[in-house]
Amino acid sequence: TSIKFMTFSFSFLRLTAKRLFSTSHSSVDPKEMKKFQLLAQKWWDEEGEYSALHSMNDIRVPFIRDTLLNMSNNYSLGNPLSGVKILDVGCGGGLLSEPLGRLGASVTGIDPLEDNIRTADRHKSFDPVLAKRIKYKSSSLEEIVEESMETFDVIVASEVVEHVADLETFIKCCSQVLKPEGSLFITTINKTQLSYILGIVVAEKVIGIVPEGTHEWEKFVPPEELERLLESNGFSVKTVNGMLYNPLSGLWSWMESTSVNYAMHAVKSGAQGQSGPTDTPAEVVSEQPSATAGTAL
Amino acid sequence: TSAAMAVVLGRGLLAPLGGRLRAGPRAPFRPAAAAATSAPLYDVVVSGGGMVGSAMAAVLGHNIHFHDKKIALLEAGPRKEYSRVPESYSNRVSSISPGSATLLSSFGAWDHISSLRLKSFRRMQVWDACSEAMIIFEKDDLDDMGYIVENDVIMSALTKQLDGVADRVEVFYGSKAVGYTWPLPSHSCDTSPWVQIELADGRRLQTKLLIGADGHNSVVRKEAEIKNIEHRYDQSAVVATLHLSEATDNNVAWQRFLPTGPIALLPLSDTASSLVWSTSHEHASDLLAMDEESFVDSINSAFWSNVNHSDFIDTAAAMFRSAISLLRPSGTSVRQLPPSVAKVDAGSRAMFPLGMGHATEYVQHRVALIGDAAHRVHPLAGQGVNLGFGDIACLAHHLSAAAFDGSDLGSLKHLLKFETERQRHNVSLIAAIDVLKRLYSTRLAPLVLLRTWGLQATNALPPIKVRI
Repeated sequence: TSIKFMTFSFSFLRLTAKRLFSTSHSSVDPKEMKKFQLLAQKWWDEEGEYSALHSMNDIRVPFIRDTLLNMSNNYSLGNPLSGVKILDVGCGGGLLSEPLGRLGASVTGIDPLEDNIRTADRHKSFDPVLAKRIKYKSSSLEEIVEESMETFDVIVASEVVEHVADLETFIKCCSQVLKPEGSLFITTINKTQLSYILGIVVAEKVIGIVPEGTHEWEKFVPPEELERLLESNGFSVKTVNGMLYNPLSGLWSWMESTSVNYAMHAVKSGAQGQSGPTDTPAEVVSEQPSATAGTAL
Repeated sequence: TSAAMAVVLGRGLLAPLGGRLRAGPRAPFRPAAAAATSAPLYDVVVSGGGMVGSAMAAVLGHNIHFHDKKIALLEAGPRKEYSRVPESYSNRVSSISPGSATLLSSFGAWDHISSLRLKSFRRMQVWDACSEAMIIFEKDDLDDMGYIVENDVIMSALTKQLDGVADRVEVFYGSKAVGYTWPLPSHSCDTSPWVQIELADGRRLQTKLLIGADGHNSVVRKEAEIKNIEHRYDQSAVVATLHLSEATDNNVAWQRFLPTGPIALLPLSDTASSLVWSTSHEHASDLLAMDEESFVDSINSAFWSNVNHSDFIDTAAAMFRSAISLLRPSGTSVRQLPPSVAKVDAGSRAMFPLGMGHATEYVQHRVALIGDAAHRVHPLAGQGVNLGFGDIACLAHHLSAAAFDGSDLGSLKHLLKFETERQRHNVSLIAAIDVLKRLYSTRLAPLVLLRTWGLQATNALPPIKVRI
């Protein structure tokens, strides 16, 4: 059904950028760049190609915010993320960086495509508060590792890991730039029969709205594999939640099943190499988000 | 590329908000000049410092999620505050519902109002001049049904509360907004995304969200080109401060529907009441012109005279009443007699024209309307300012959640939620008030009979009464 189509047609855009995210030595495919460049101006059209990403803020921002608030002891509700240093990997036009900045965080947004960074910079320039709190840089994750060792309290990689050439390297780099006991938030797409049938077969082959070969189902990441990679690289996975996009309402919601989209929260182990207290590796379809996530106050 | 096209197509077919987000205000779009971008930027600007506008600014100023936000309130008039109430009552009063009182106490204004002056009432008696039909509202648990408060008292309390959050809310007195420039919803990157406001003295402001609380002739609404359904009633309201013949436990609000319009007596104290008499323009002018004695006589006669009764209606009503008392023994209430008036405060007589209005949209990109700017009703139900306070509670709730989510405050996403909620609540009420006004404006027997029986039935049936 078209319900799932949206998640994929949307993710295909991120997919085309996958080569741009890979290691610094790879040359970027000019055809892919062009596609992405066309849309570099469209980031902030709330009703345009990126509307699903705008809409995703309604659940991913509360998820990040509440998880961090629950872990912290002193915060002010008026400025909940004040003092938190966040790295937004694959920030695009800054759709996620801006709300996090508004909540008080100091955000560094990186994206390999210069046009995206330009769009992001221009958009934040009109708001003096955001202009101060957010810094954008055209770069890949690997390129900033050296100068940013253990710099960030939080990394968010939203709709990114399904495009990364080498996921393990990506995770290792995340670990290097994260402070001990820092948080890593990932949202991405699962690799299931369902996602293959709906996203590839239906969208590409049956209806033919998406050109064949656009999606690389191989690149989708099942939560089990992501969790395994994280755990074996010094992270402790705390939460996994399924997400669902309803194209009729244009709204995202949480769901138990992670068979389509999902969000994950992991914490880097502390200085002594210990993971967090009472360690049970999180079940794949595990706890619901905290009571306030996703609900209006 | 075809893939990109596919996405666009999919979006276009499925986007629920399609036309809405695109159809921004058609007001002349002047790309922000370099000078304008240096104008101070606020998170929220409330245009209009009346009861509703001031309360809106105060509620946001006291909201924890607006702790580090910049709010501005624009008011064309001077600052209004007094530390002690003057001896005489002001002739403009409002009936404040318990819900509105709750809102006002949520940011500390109700305490000030209580310490200044207010009168609670326990009961409301409403009856028809053309028959004996009447309806009585009262709360079973002896709670207050509502409060009569002078508008000046409310304003004074609001001013005081605004002073308390002066670090967040900047109030501009004597400042009238003369021009608004609207951004396009998806602005091209070179132009300012904010609403530009130009004041009469040439100063400029920018804001992420403009709240229009500037009354039924709202400039914000007009400049945003939001269509307004409006209708001028052929009535004016006469207000005055009255003194009763004898002191009484004045805790009942009285309203009688005359064919020319409803006359209401709202308690101010044990010896004083406020008059709100909606009637034809000519009659209203006459009432203002006549000497005090004749004025007082007119009022008493309006409440007591049975000249509009007809035998036919009286008999029909009596029959219906006995029928009801067979079915529901407690369904007919004891009629209380309204107090008689002895004197009117000199200089307290005034009149203003009445009308109804409803904006087709309450919100647009970066704009929201509240209070009379969004909806205007006949005073017969005492709802006007309460609807405005209801708007405030709802909008503040949604803005608070949006701020806590780090959202752009001017985004239509949450503004539309406010609009839907309030329109759902307001439209039926506004329509009902309008229908009541028209229904009670006639002497025609069939309609009188209809409303007589309707009123009697409503009085006898608790479920309906409670809903009202």
